[in-house]
Amino acid sequence: MKPNDVILHSVTKVAVVIILTFSIYLFYGGHHNPGGGFIGGLSVASGLVLLYLAFDIETVRNNIPVDFKIVAAVGVLIAVLTGVSSLFIGKPFLNQAFGYFDLPIFGKTELATAVLFDVGVALAVIGTAVTIILSISEDG
Amino acid sequence: MNNLVILPIIIPLIAGLIMILIRKKILVQRIIGIFTIIVMGMVSISLMNQIKENGIQSLQAGGWEAPFGISIVADMFSAILLLTTSIVALFCFIYSFSTIGREREAHYFYPLFLFLITGVNGSFLTGDLFNLFVCFEVMLISSYVLISLGGTKLQLRESIKYILINVISSSLFLLAIAYLYAITGTLNLAHLSLRVAEVGQDGLLTTVSLLFLIVFGMKAALFLFFWLPGSYSAPPTAVAAIFAALLTKVGIYAIFRLFTLVFYHEPQITHLLIGILGAITMLLGAIGAVAYWDIKKILTYNVIVGVGFIIIGLASFTSMGMMGSIYYLIHDIIIKALIFLLGGTIIHITGTSKLKDMSGLIRNHPYLGWMFFIAALSLSGIPPLSGLLGKIFITRGTFEAELYWLGAIGLMTSLMVLYSIMKIFMNGFWGETYLSKEMEKGSMTKSMTLAIGCLTAMTIALGLGAEGIQVYVQHATDSMMNPHEYLEAVLGKNPIR
Repeated sequence: MKPNDVILHSVTKVAVVIILTFSIYLFYGGHHNPGGGFIGGLSVASGLVLLYLAFDIETVRNNIPVDFKIVAAVGVLIAVLTGVSSLFIGKPFLNQAFGYFDLPIFGKTELATAVLFDVGVALAVIGTAVTIILSISEDG
Repeated sequence: MNNLVILPIIIPLIAGLIMILIRKKILVQRIIGIFTIIVMGMVSISLMNQIKENGIQSLQAGGWEAPFGISIVADMFSAILLLTTSIVALFCFIYSFSTIGREREAHYFYPLFLFLITGVNGSFLTGDLFNLFVCFEVMLISSYVLISLGGTKLQLRESIKYILINVISSSLFLLAIAYLYAITGTLNLAHLSLRVAEVGQDGLLTTVSLLFLIVFGMKAALFLFFWLPGSYSAPPTAVAAIFAALLTKVGIYAIFRLFTLVFYHEPQITHLLIGILGAITMLLGAIGAVAYWDIKKILTYNVIVGVGFIIIGLASFTSMGMMGSIYYLIHDIIIKALIFLLGGTIIHITGTSKLKDMSGLIRNHPYLGWMFFIAALSLSGIPPLSGLLGKIFITRGTFEAELYWLGAIGLMTSLMVLYSIMKIFMNGFWGETYLSKEMEKGSMTKSMTLAIGCLTAMTIALGLGAEGIQVYVQHATDSMMNPHEYLEAVLGKNPIR
């Protein structure tokens, strides 16, 4: 018997877009306001988990063909390597820099190396959270 | 600022992460692992020399000044431990090649091994109590996986106990940190030392220090060792060896760091208690080692005796005792790895860990037998092997501090250790040969022989060349007995109070 989950599917399709957009907002907001890589990553993961719940694991896996263990490892690697990069210019580990640039569309924008570190954090959180959820669900 | 200080933490971390990305290529993982550990060892050697010439090296991560930022500090004591860690890690890593099995290799054994080393190195290098907690967790979480990886019945049963015990002690650790932060308002070790010295170590601070002693005592198997014999006999040999060599030692390191740098003002309470706990640990451990007829049990109880013995050097709180502790700590890390690898090899060959079911191995395995004999002598401190010097200094230290009973118990338990380990040698290697070559359950491979042989050579070299490392050990002792040097290296000449 095919379960009747039309409502769940339709709501999920809209909600996931909202969740993912909001998590990007959270991610960038984290530079000066509450938010950041950890929270942003966690809300991306929650969006993905919603997808897994509404559709089944196989369907989502066919559409997002990534191994989330690899995502976590790449994330930590990016975070560590941004820290390491400051070693090459003779600054202490994890040193950061930022500057203001005039970009075509955005106008005067602050660009900071801390964002790269945060990308790593976000990927690590997404990878870990989704891996945990998936391995719990696979046990059943 | 010296960026070299951070390398022992990030090198194994990065290597472990790369290994996860190339999960299928086992051979490449092995090569990366060996290379990583060797580089780590070389970094520690160069750190040791820099510290010898320029004093304690520190790094403020991201350039945020201490006590506001995260300090990473390498003094001689931590640098020596880093080097010893790289040495045993290298040989346990090599030993695991032929013994750990395809299944574990495919399930991230090598990355986890390196993450464990990351945590251990981090604990040795951090200059901040909260980061000590974090590094402990990195080490413990890797050890949780390593102890249960493979999923045999025994492993799962023991890993539940192990995880439960460690979760409880970690939560106590966090609680103790919170208390200390509420009292002093800082967690930077150097800053803590400064503030505790300024306001005086009153009853409240001493109580908190005892809470720390309970936490680290549980991790280091000091008195609270009930979990250890079970947990350390469950995982495969290479893992058990690295656990026995390193995990308890990190707890010991933390006790040394806290009670020489921060809580050193009331030795008549804290250090005496440490001495009493050390004495009980040694006695109970030695009784356990003598009583059992199972190789794994005898070896794990010997780990406990070693912990007690290292700790009484701290209890004496004299520079002689401290120097002995450092010597003995180096010796103990190497010899515990060696003796666990040897014991594991015997079990691998005979297929049993019961002493009464084996006999006469020396006929077919002469080298294994003699290496075991050397390790056994070294473990109990027979000259000229590496255990001797530490034993002499620690005993002299306790006598100088007029803790004669402590020194006497130390010496008495050494005899019991000698008896327990000779029991394995006499029962396992002497006597009639039951097992012909064909009947043996497993054979020794090249990588096993290499690892055991090199560690045996290390313990002989450490005994004969003790003079060579004297200057480093002396330096480590001096800086531990004088916390000012540490304070100056982290906080600068005119610290913010």
